[in-house]
Parts: sequence; C-alpha cells; structure tokens
Amino acid sequence: MKISELPRIELANLLHRGELLLKLPPFVTRLKTNVPSLIRDFAVMYADFEVSSIDAFADFHVEIASEPGLWRWLKPQVRFFFDGRPSFIPLPTVQAFAMLEWGLNWCVAAHSHQYLIIHAAVLEKNGKAAILPAPPGSGKSTLCAGLVMRGWRLLSDELALYDMTTGEIFGMSRPINLKNRSIGIIKQFAPDAVLTDSVPDTTKGTVALLRPPTQSAVRVREPVRASWIVLPKYTPNMLPLLEPHSKARTFMLIAEQSFNYDIHGENGFEAVGNLVDQCACYQYTYSQLDDAVRTFEELCSGKIT
Amino acid sequence: MTPHRDLIVNALLTPEIVRELSAQKWDLLIRQGRRTNLLARLANVLTQQGLLENVPIATRHHLTSAVLVAERQSIALRWEVECIRRALAYAGIKPILLKGAAYVMAGLEAARGRTFSDVDIIVPKKLLGETESALMIHGWQGSHHDKYDQRYYRRWMHEIPPMRHVKRGTTIDVHHTILPETARLTVNPAALLAAIVPVKDFADLYVLQPTDMLLHSATHLFHEGDFESSLRDLFDLDCLFRQFSALPDFSETLALRAATLGLSRPLYYAVRYTTLILDTPVPEVVRSEASLGKPSALISWVMDICYLNALRPVHSSTNSFSAWLARFALYIRSHWIRMPFPLLAYHLGRKAFIRPKSYDIEKSVADADLKA
Repeated sequence: MKISELPRIELANLLHRGELLLKLPPFVTRLKTNVPSLIRDFAVMYADFEVSSIDAFADFHVEIASEPGLWRWLKPQVRFFFDGRPSFIPLPTVQAFAMLEWGLNWCVAAHSHQYLIIHAAVLEKNGKAAILPAPPGSGKSTLCAGLVMRGWRLLSDELALYDMTTGEIFGMSRPINLKNRSIGIIKQFAPDAVLTDSVPDTTKGTVALLRPPTQSAVRVREPVRASWIVLPKYTPNMLPLLEPHSKARTFMLIAEQSFNYDIHGENGFEAVGNLVDQCACYQYTYSQLDDAVRTFEELCSGKIT
Repeated sequence: MTPHRDLIVNALLTPEIVRELSAQKWDLLIRQGRRTNLLARLANVLTQQGLLENVPIATRHHLTSAVLVAERQSIALRWEVECIRRALAYAGIKPILLKGAAYVMAGLEAARGRTFSDVDIIVPKKLLGETESALMIHGWQGSHHDKYDQRYYRRWMHEIPPMRHVKRGTTIDVHHTILPETARLTVNPAALLAAIVPVKDFADLYVLQPTDMLLHSATHLFHEGDFESSLRDLFDLDCLFRQFSALPDFSETLALRAATLGLSRPLYYAVRYTTLILDTPVPEVVRSEASLGKPSALISWVMDICYLNALRPVHSSTNSFSAWLARFALYIRSHWIRMPFPLLAYHLGRKAFIRPKSYDIEKSVADADLKA
C-alpha cells in the first residue's frame, strides 16, 4: 500500500503510535511523530512510497517529537530521536521535515556499510546513469532537480549506495533538498514541481524539499550502473562547458565525498577504482538549467563521447 | 535471585535461538545490540557457530556493518597506540595500556568486535608531568581549562583531564592510579605498576598482568555511575575470566592479588554478576575465595537488586522504573564512594551553583599556533 492510499487520519494515527513502516528500498524505516506540520509534509512528499507491514524488520527507528515544556508556546522546537535516544540539537518546528530528511541521511550513512556510500546525486535515463558527486555549493541539487523535472529518473540527491560486489548503485529516490536561490530557480524552471514551504534560517540557509516524480518512486528498487561521473560547477554567467576530468582527480573526489571510504580499506580503494574506470569522467561548468538539460541529453544520446 | 534475561544477552549466550527469531525479534535484537555496542560481538559469535548465513539478509547487513566498523577501529587503535608509544619514547616513558587498548595490543578475545572511544594509559605518578608535556609536544592538547576542573582532576582524581590530539581528534586518558585518590577503597598503585608485562614485539609498551587487568576492569565497572556501556564491560569481564582461567596459577592467585591491591570488593562483584547474568564459568577456587570480598548480607542483597536491574541493556525496550531507580541509586553510590562526604558536598555545590567561565580556548590555542 502507498502512503497516498492511506486516509490522512489513519496516516496520522500510525505516525502518532510509531507504527508506520516506510519502505525506502533497500531499507525500511519505522517512523513516529506528533508534529502536525511534519505529518502534512510527509504525506505529500512521500505520497508514492510504499508502506510495510507492522511486523516487518525495520532498519532504523526514527522519531521526531515536539519538545515538551513551557517554551513550546514561545519557541516551538522539535527533536530527532534515533531508536529512542535524542540525537542532534533541537530545531524550530518549522524545520521538522528537513530535520527528518537530514536525520534519515545520517541513519543510512552511519550504519549501512554493506555499501560504499558516496555523497552524490544519481540520475538515470534510457538505462544509462550519471553520478554527480560534489562538495556543497557546486549546484549539484539544483542540477539534479532540473534534470529530474525534464524526465531523468531520480535515484538520489544526496546518497549514492554503491554495492561493491555487483557494481550496482541504489538510491532511495527521496525528496531533493533545495537551498536558497535554487528554490526560486526550480519553481520558475518547472512550475509543476511540488515543493514544501520554504523554511528560512536553517543551518543551510533557506531550504525547501522537492517531491520526487512518481515514476522515480515507483522504480525505486531498480539499481543502475553508472556510465558517467560528472562534477557540476555552477558559475554565474558562464557558457556551458563539459570538459574531461582526470580519472585520478575523479578518484580522489569520490573518495573524499564518501562517508565510509575509510571503513572499507582496500576494498573501498578497489571499488572506487573500478567505478572510476567504468565511467567517463567530466567536469561541467554551467549557469543555465536549459543548457544543462541539453548537454545531458547529448551525453545520453551518445553525441558526446 | 535470577536475572531477567534480555534478548541481546540471550542471543550471545545461546546463539542457536537466532534460528527461530521472527522479524520483529530481529528488529529488537539489532537495536539492543547496537545500543549496547555488542552487535559486532554478536556477529562474531554467530560466525563462529556457523549461524550467520541463516540470518535474513537485511538483518545480516547490520551485523556485518558492525564488524567492519569494529575491525577498522582496531586498526585505528593500533596506529594511535603507536603514535603514543613514539611520543613517549622520546621522553623515555614506557606507557602501560589499560582497558580496550590493552585488550587489543595483548591480542585478547575481549578485543574482538569491541569498539573504542579513547585510549587509556597509566604511568607512575612521578612521571605524570613529563608524560603530559611529551604528549603536548606531539600534538595532544589538554581539556577542562576551568581552574576548578583542573584542581578537581589533579588533586582528587586518578587521571589528568583527557587530552585530545589536535589533528586526529583522538582522546587519551592518562592515569596514575586506577581509582580517585579520594575514593573509599585505597589502591596500591606501586604494587600494580611493579607487576606489568611487556606487549609482545614491543620493548617499550606494557599492559597489566592478567590478574590485575581483570581486577582493573572489575574496579572500573563497579565504581561507574554511567551504565551506557556497562553490559559490554560485563562481557569484557566474561571474556577475561574465560581466557585467563586457562593460564597456570591465574585462578589460584586472583583473590590474593585482589587483597594485596585492596580490590577484594570489586572482585566479588565481578564474580557475582558475571556468573549470575552471563553464566560465566568462573573456576570454583575463584568463586569461593572471592566471597572474602562479600559485603554484609543486607548490602549484598541491595546490590544484587541494583546491579541485576542496572546491568540490563540501556535501551527503550528495557526501560522500567526499577531499572531507573537502580541506576539512580548506583549513580549516587558512585559519587558516594568516589570521595568523602564533605568534599562531595563541596564539589556538587560548586558544580550546581557556579557556572564555569566560558572562554574559547580552542580559538586562543589556534591563534597561538599561527603566531609561533
């Protein structure tokens, strides 16, 4: 059953009781919350995601709860609990959904060492996939959102889960985290995009989350093999430029952007080596999403090699 | 008195039960294992018994992940110990490793699947100053810069404030004895430091001899007021008993050694609760001789109630009023036995009413670095 098929009142009840098991393939997360705004955002953002039966195994038990006490009338805050233990500092209640997303990223990155976990966006079209690894500020999420709104399948905006034995990459197809100016850019670029309200003054500035397209959520179980690694570099007023990026530098970038490269030791080294070997590696400087869509289309159709 | 046996303890003691676990039981087992830092140990036990292959795949990933983290930590710990060894070798100081670092370097079973938060070493009190400066020269930085905290550590405690390496972010605790100087039990550190054994393949690295290693582990656990990792520590004791009991003379000398060091009481508790909670096969001679350290009937009855509750996994699934009360009582006790009452009253009053001055020491040190 999908989240969207649950009556809102039942969804709220399940979340209140902590009995909602959300399938985030390859994981299952058990969620609990009493925060009304979070329930509302969750229902919209995860509408196309499946629910698991109550007696299934859950990888992560997550709760977002309103902070009790008199302060809640003046300065309402929420706190993230991982399996009953408070984690991270409390945040203003308006940031509840963003907090859920950041918390889920942490759950996966801190515990799932069956994968090499790379901080990167992953997109697929016509069976071919691109990895967009990037340090913050490079415009990765904006580019990812732009391509997804033009028919690319979203695997992930933040976490690429690389299976080191099969070479397959999984994403969870979760909402895309847009920051600051990119919120307006995406709204303009894709007026039909579904976003949460913009939340100002977070640690990352103003954020809004973009709902993944239904097709991406439906195909969440299908992994990809990467064909390209593209390092995006947003530079205002620049003409688009796709240029080869050396394999050695790309290797270092992937290793740096991996959360658990150190834990995998030699296997991690081999895995990153194999991944970089199998991919064409580029750096892409851009300032306009329309240019980017065109470039990636050319990449996909084999016009660029 | 029979303890309530929680799922994680059950699975570690009788691993066959995992064949029959439902998805929901697995869910609980993984959570309890993760919270008690016993997941990697569970994975190792299941591997030894040939049971890991039967574990459902989603669940198995959590076990194998925990093993990967533990193995990585073991490598990192060896490197950290090597850095410490080198730093102190320049000053001619030969550190004695304690707890986790000692288990790893001595190649003990207790180290398998264990995770670490810091490295503990002990040096003779007269070398404390030299040790501290040698570590500072090699990049470790002191903490707790508040004047009161400094006095608290240096005058009353058994260690100096934890030191953190500026680049690696690793922490080292430098001890000069194993209990606070103000504690009710008086330990004989000279006797402890006179009987150390070298780590295999190292000329300037030592660990406590087996009896003392076990006694220190017991002393640490049964003076502790924080129970986050106490079940793991009890399993450490279980491992040490099992492995050391095979050594010649270990069992025969343990109780006597405890008496010499002034640690008969912690030994009694160690024997009592490992056998009661973990069915640890403690040799008969140790069991009978350890009872010399048994407190009065009333106290041992109260302690049984407290420890059987407090040593349960600290996890939402085991939350109960009795566990809370037991941990609270033992927390009070840990302070009570840490220092005499007037000093304790002063210390708690001071902590309650006087806020430490907050000045950004990290920053000032960084500035100093730039100028240098």
